[in-house]
Amino acid sequence: MGIAEVTLTRRELIAILLGSPALLTTGCSTVPHLPPAGELLGQSLEIGHRLRDGFRWPSPDTDQWQDVGVVIVGGGVAGLSAAWRLKQNGCEDFVILELESQPGGTSRSGRCELTPYPWGAHYLPVPLPHNRDLIRLLEEMGCVESLNPDGSPVIAEQFLCRDPDERVFVNGQWIEGLYPSLGASNDDFAQLAAFRQEIDRWTAWRDTAGRRAFSIPIRHSTDDAEVLELDKLSMAEWLRQHEWTSPRLHWLVDYSCRDDYGLTAEQTSAWAGVLYFAARLKEPGADHQPLMTWPHGNGRIIEYLASQADTRLKPGIAVTRINPSHENPNATLEVLAFDTASEQPIGFHAKSVIFAAPQFLAPRLIDGFAERTGRSADPFEYGSWLVANVHLRHRPRESSFPLSWDNVIHDSRSLGYVVATHQSGDDHGPTVLTWYHPLCDDDVKAARQQLLKAKWSDLADVVLTDLEHPHPEIRELVTRLDVFRWGHAMIRPRPGFITSRHRRDAAQPDGRIHFANTDLSGIALFEEAFDHGLRAADEVLVAQNSRPSSLIPCR
Amino acid sequence: MKSADSMNRAPLFLLYLNVLIIASCGLVYELLAGTLASYLLGDSVTQFSLVIGVYLSALGAGAWISRFVDQRLARCFIEVELAVALVGGLSAPVLFLAFSSVGAFRVVLYGIVFAIGALVGLELPLLMRLLKEHLDFEDLVSRVLAFDYLGALFASLLFPMFCVPRLGLVRTSLLCGLLNAAVGLWGTYLLRPLLSSRGLSGLRGRACLVIGLLIVGIIKADSLTTLAEERVLGEPVVHAESTPYQRIVLTQNARGFQLHLNGHLQFNSVDEHRYHEALVHPALSSVKSPRRVLVLGGGDGLAVREILRYPSVESITLVDLDPGMTSLADRFPPLAELSRSSLKERRVTIINEDAFLWVGRVARPESSKGVETDHSHALPEGSGRATQRDDATLFDSAIIDFPDPGTFSVGKLYSTRFYRMLRERLTGDAVISVQCTSPLVAPQSYWCIVKTLEAVGFRVRPYHAAVPSFGEWGFVLASPRPLPETLSLSSELRGPSRFLTDKILNSLFDLPLDLARVEAEVNRLNNQVLVHYYDQEWGSLK
Ligand SMILES: Cc1cc2nc3c(=O)[nH]c(=O)nc-3n(C[C@H](O)[C@H](O)[C@H](O)COP(=O)(O)OP(=O)(O)OC[C@H]3O[C@@H](n4cnc5c(N)ncnc54)[C@H](O)[C@@H]3O)c2cc1C
Repeated sequence: MGIAEVTLTRRELIAILLGSPALLTTGCSTVPHLPPAGELLGQSLEIGHRLRDGFRWPSPDTDQWQDVGVVIVGGGVAGLSAAWRLKQNGCEDFVILELESQPGGTSRSGRCELTPYPWGAHYLPVPLPHNRDLIRLLEEMGCVESLNPDGSPVIAEQFLCRDPDERVFVNGQWIEGLYPSLGASNDDFAQLAAFRQEIDRWTAWRDTAGRRAFSIPIRHSTDDAEVLELDKLSMAEWLRQHEWTSPRLHWLVDYSCRDDYGLTAEQTSAWAGVLYFAARLKEPGADHQPLMTWPHGNGRIIEYLASQADTRLKPGIAVTRINPSHENPNATLEVLAFDTASEQPIGFHAKSVIFAAPQFLAPRLIDGFAERTGRSADPFEYGSWLVANVHLRHRPRESSFPLSWDNVIHDSRSLGYVVATHQSGDDHGPTVLTWYHPLCDDDVKAARQQLLKAKWSDLADVVLTDLEHPHPEIRELVTRLDVFRWGHAMIRPRPGFITSRHRRDAAQPDGRIHFANTDLSGIALFEEAFDHGLRAADEVLVAQNSRPSSLIPCR
Repeated sequence: MKSADSMNRAPLFLLYLNVLIIASCGLVYELLAGTLASYLLGDSVTQFSLVIGVYLSALGAGAWISRFVDQRLARCFIEVELAVALVGGLSAPVLFLAFSSVGAFRVVLYGIVFAIGALVGLELPLLMRLLKEHLDFEDLVSRVLAFDYLGALFASLLFPMFCVPRLGLVRTSLLCGLLNAAVGLWGTYLLRPLLSSRGLSGLRGRACLVIGLLIVGIIKADSLTTLAEERVLGEPVVHAESTPYQRIVLTQNARGFQLHLNGHLQFNSVDEHRYHEALVHPALSSVKSPRRVLVLGGGDGLAVREILRYPSVESITLVDLDPGMTSLADRFPPLAELSRSSLKERRVTIINEDAFLWVGRVARPESSKGVETDHSHALPEGSGRATQRDDATLFDSAIIDFPDPGTFSVGKLYSTRFYRMLRERLTGDAVISVQCTSPLVAPQSYWCIVKTLEAVGFRVRPYHAAVPSFGEWGFVLASPRPLPETLSLSSELRGPSRFLTDKILNSLFDLPLDLARVEAEVNRLNNQVLVHYYDQEWGSLK
């Protein structure tokens, strides 16, 4: 293996991930200055590949079988929320089988001596009053001080993102907020105002049943054709239809799409794009709902939900097969699994299954799924993400607007970084930056393969090359840099997917297998995963003849 | 010697001018180094005598070295001149920059002083030997020495009267370097008959390069932040240091000394007693026999000095972010004297930590409903009441002396969240006081702090005091319990006060019309309105 080959890969990666300008600046340095320590992390590939390749797992010995009421497959937000709902309704006869050694899925967090930090989801907007279940969860977690007369929660201030919440690095300096207002023309501002006005119009919009055009969870949104029309075009097309050409507005919208969906504005459904802006406004003219965050990001909610599930949560157990018995509807379902610690196959006889793993796994894990339901997981497209936690011995020097929670780099394909110590009020000394990069490529498979093949040193260099732009001295400050490759990170709401039959039918149960994950909404959000978790739990409770506390009608 | 003969009297006179310039610049460098050393290291007497000593001995060393030069005298003279231009010219900027790495600073300082001294010491003998062909010995010595001393006089007048006030240290140094380099370049023409043409253009090129470099330096000089410091503070600096948290500078004038943190005046020894008596006594005299007192900020020890006047006080806990601040008195004896070494008292415990994290950690509230997880890494969660705790861990009073809320990392120390956490650390009868910037200059900032305290349930009484160095200054007295209408200084208070009497104490609570309450929002962590108010109100003064 020649040095030249290594260098080329790294340079190529930088070029691919960050765009060519970075290539020019680093092209001549052959040996990058790498952090002293770090690890390459990712979803368990080996098990994933075996599942993909239809590997035949050995059957469990007879004494390795257990009877259980409900098996929940997957301990992400959806699975843990389903468990929370079951337990609240007195159903304690369940297990959560989670492939990874740690729960949380794409909302998991890590921890070092100094602070916890997110590996994926990192914030939750304060729910609007209609999202009563989520408000109840937050109340239990001790985040709610009181309820306003309209039912909206008063969140204790330490859970609301501390000011300054965001800044953007543009033209060599940091400015407050996200919109690159420095040097914007009157026309830029006029277009921004017109855009906001249009968002306000959608915020005010109600159908004849009184439903909002855009609501989160999206189950509460209207199905009026005028609104669903938006799913036919891309967000960028929608902007052009309104003759909004301001590059600053386009950047803002594009950034928002990449941040929430891992897609560019050209790739995002206008329905999903407008939802991002309109569903988080309480009323027209209101500010975007404030954000809640923790040093561990949404990992804090995972911690809480996992503590509620207690020993019923079984990490390190990969579900390998689910066999419904079609002949006898009263017979139990067989759930086959593999204990990754003891490397032993185990089995469960269950009355119901809540499938809370990503949807693309359904046909691979559920025996006879495609034939029985006529459904396919192919239309479910997933983007990959690269996330890094960069440990610093102290903070970089600042000259313009000070370090904020979210720090966005304008001229980069990355999303910038959030600061883990921000919310704890720790403003001095060492810290951890969580850096995010969605791979927006159209060819998801090629991008995923490229990501999974890359070496730690190359990815670490990509991260540092990007951070060097606003912080030239960053390499000197890094004590550790861990990189997480999310192969299947996020469902992609490309035009047409939200309104497609594949998506709308996917939440229908397959016999006594109920589905719960954020993919079913076509967008990856905590609220969606949570909502599906509760709905699936309620379906199970009905099926098992115990009454759920508040039934969510299933559409 | 034919070439030497061709030098007539006019250039000879010009050579004397050279002596004048060389001598003036040499002295200016020495003065610069001395000023800078006392500026940055403090203790001007020691610094100046050390710099002068090193400089004079280096002059001697240079003169001694000159005897080893016996060929190409003129060329050597010019080379030395250019070297003086470079080393001397860049001395002030280099010293300023070197100061940020304190450890090596003295080495750099005396190295530069010695180098300049040695080079200047080398120059004069060389020049005298160049001229000796044309003058008899007595004449030569008397004229050169006369011009040398004349130059010294010239420099010592120019330096304090023009250079420092008008140009600042960095520019002075660069300009002198420029003069030296110009002399060097000029010498290549003046001494042309004594120079071989080989390498002449190279010599001139080097001279031009040095000139160019120094001109760039002059253009860039403004960007040196330390230069700004010198201009802004206006007074001679007697001690300065950069800690990881802030820049600490002490200045001194005939009447007293002043502490500046990041360029903001913290106190002036002339009238700090007004500030600290007003900060401490209204709160402590309102508590019956205070035993445990918390001080937040106030690392100068002056508030603690006042608190120690209460014999009932058994323990004082002082939380200040910067160890450089709480140990400043060790390095600057006048502060130890002013604070009566209060921080060394047995009753005082010093904690160097961000007060927000410290208060949050010890005020871990009972989590009434939520699960108890490991909080040690996170913001204390939950909004429940304080746990039943041992009364001994609660404070009878807190004196809050943070810097003004000019940045977000300080603004959080004036938030509802902070005051809530603080309240958990206080007894039910505790009385606290908060310094809160000038209500005259920044009324919205002032009333924002008052309103924030009210928002978490404190009863408040706003008050003010005139502190000439600051102007009209604002404070708030606050307590979980209603505060009395009239206050009196505690009968236990020991030692004489210099500002407060019972009558004055009560008059502080009479707010004049121009300090009347204005509308302001509550300062919360997630809006930090206070920082924005403060920025607007103080910013508009700049
Ligand atoms: C980088 C990134 C940043 C994000 N930021 C935000 C944000 O700020 N706010 C927000 O609201 N949302 C955010 N999201 C989206 C959010 O993370 C998801 O919407 C949510 O966590 C999805 O939860 P889920 O339970 O549906 O799926 P997942 O999190 O994918 O959970 C599925 C679980 O199933 C497990 N599993 C898979 N196969 C098996 C098997 N065979 N056997 C057993 N278990 C199995 C997986 O290990 C996983 O734990 C982000 C996502 C990413 C990738």
